[in-house]
Amino acid sequence: MSPAVRVVLPAHLKNLARVHGEVSLCLAGCGEPVTRQQVLDALEAAYPVLRGTIRDRATGRRRAFIRFYACERDLSETAPDAPLPDQVASGAEPLLIVGAMAGG
Amino acid sequence: MTRVRVLAGTRKGAFVLASDGGRRGWDVSGPHFGGWEVYHLKGSPADPQRIYASQHTGWFGQLIQRSDDGGATWRPVGNDFGYATEPGTHLWYDGTPRPWEFKRVWHLEPSPDDPDVAYAGVEDAALFRTGDGGATWTELTGLRTHESAPGWQPGAGGMCLHTIILDPAHAGRMFAAISAAGAFRSDDGGATWRPVNRGLRSAGTLPADEPEVGFCVHHVEMHPSRPGTLFMQKHWDVMRSDDAGETWREISGDLPSDFGFPVAVHAHEPDTIYVVPITSDSLHYPPGGRLRVYRSRSGGGEWQPLARGLPQDNCYVNVLRDAMAVDSLEPCGVYVGTTGGQVYASADAGDTWEPIVRDLPAVLSVEAQVLP
Repeated sequence: MSPAVRVVLPAHLKNLARVHGEVSLCLAGCGEPVTRQQVLDALEAAYPVLRGTIRDRATGRRRAFIRFYACERDLSETAPDAPLPDQVASGAEPLLIVGAMAGG
Repeated sequence: MTRVRVLAGTRKGAFVLASDGGRRGWDVSGPHFGGWEVYHLKGSPADPQRIYASQHTGWFGQLIQRSDDGGATWRPVGNDFGYATEPGTHLWYDGTPRPWEFKRVWHLEPSPDDPDVAYAGVEDAALFRTGDGGATWTELTGLRTHESAPGWQPGAGGMCLHTIILDPAHAGRMFAAISAAGAFRSDDGGATWRPVNRGLRSAGTLPADEPEVGFCVHHVEMHPSRPGTLFMQKHWDVMRSDDAGETWREISGDLPSDFGFPVAVHAHEPDTIYVVPITSDSLHYPPGGRLRVYRSRSGGGEWQPLARGLPQDNCYVNVLRDAMAVDSLEPCGVYVGTTGGQVYASADAGDTWEPIVRDLPAVLSVEAQVLP
């Protein structure tokens, strides 16, 4: 059985999804390597309310004020189907979904 | 006992303000969806406990929330506002073509007959309909694909469809207004549309004297007992139509400024109307720093300032297009929300005003419900 991938959501999305702390997603059947697209697909399948809040509904692209961090790296500009770091795939480190700093 | 509920959408959440029929003491609940912009929330006339709310931020996009218990609890419903056909282009501020792109829901208009039916006006301008309580939204493409649409340009706030009026007397007739395209009418339930802007003028800002489209309409209202009469607050000018939008005439009359955003119609007197004059297009605050609602009891032309209880010194707030509403009690209640976070209520048709709340985030919209 594949290890669970851990995802940390920003506060507003935790409220929407009605979760506290991290989200654990089992990507069984997805094969290797684990990609951000697989993680987000699994996240939206588990929490349909998050559809459109991280990726644009029409284009599928990362929303402009969303960032993806893991293992102290900014993965925001990496391709959605690029492998995530092994530590994320193994569950040792979480994928951080971050609302970019902006005023208001 | 009769109760009144005022729904306030703000820059940082929604608030539900409730009172008895006297409309003097108010209970305030919220913020709902704290930290999110709530451009509009509105209750169903067919079921006042059913409320739809438009929740948005630049970070996380658009959601629609629905309450079935009068705003006590909410749940997110469908937020897929995909254009149903190839979006095409409109004009950007600089006059170059720009692809249509969904940004947010500005206005929600529930059906008077069926709580599961509602319309949504969005930016970039398009009209959507739900028939399942908000679970799914389907675009009525006839408006966005009108032959004039490639020439539409956004107003300063974006190219928003902000006004939706359902004619209670003519099946299938509805009106929509878009900044800065103008007013449009459908007579077939939203399938096809035509501009209804004859008589509007924007001297010096449009290349032709009487173009078919291009007007920055800020808001339009109708009294349900007189559906052929429409009142419009335009970028400049307060206008009136008595033939369902076929022609318009100016009724600004003796207003101190005919720039403003909202217009409202008294619940029981279809010729009594309200506007909130703002100094100018570049000075979005009341003339002289005095907040005054203006009332005409003659359908426009002659206006009376209403100032009792409103701030008359150093007031530099604005009242946005969806931030004035009336209730259906007798006397008619009038409500105004400001960008300074105040919601003012008048329980006597505008003669006197009291603040319900003073320190909310900037108010984007106000709607009133009367509960049996």
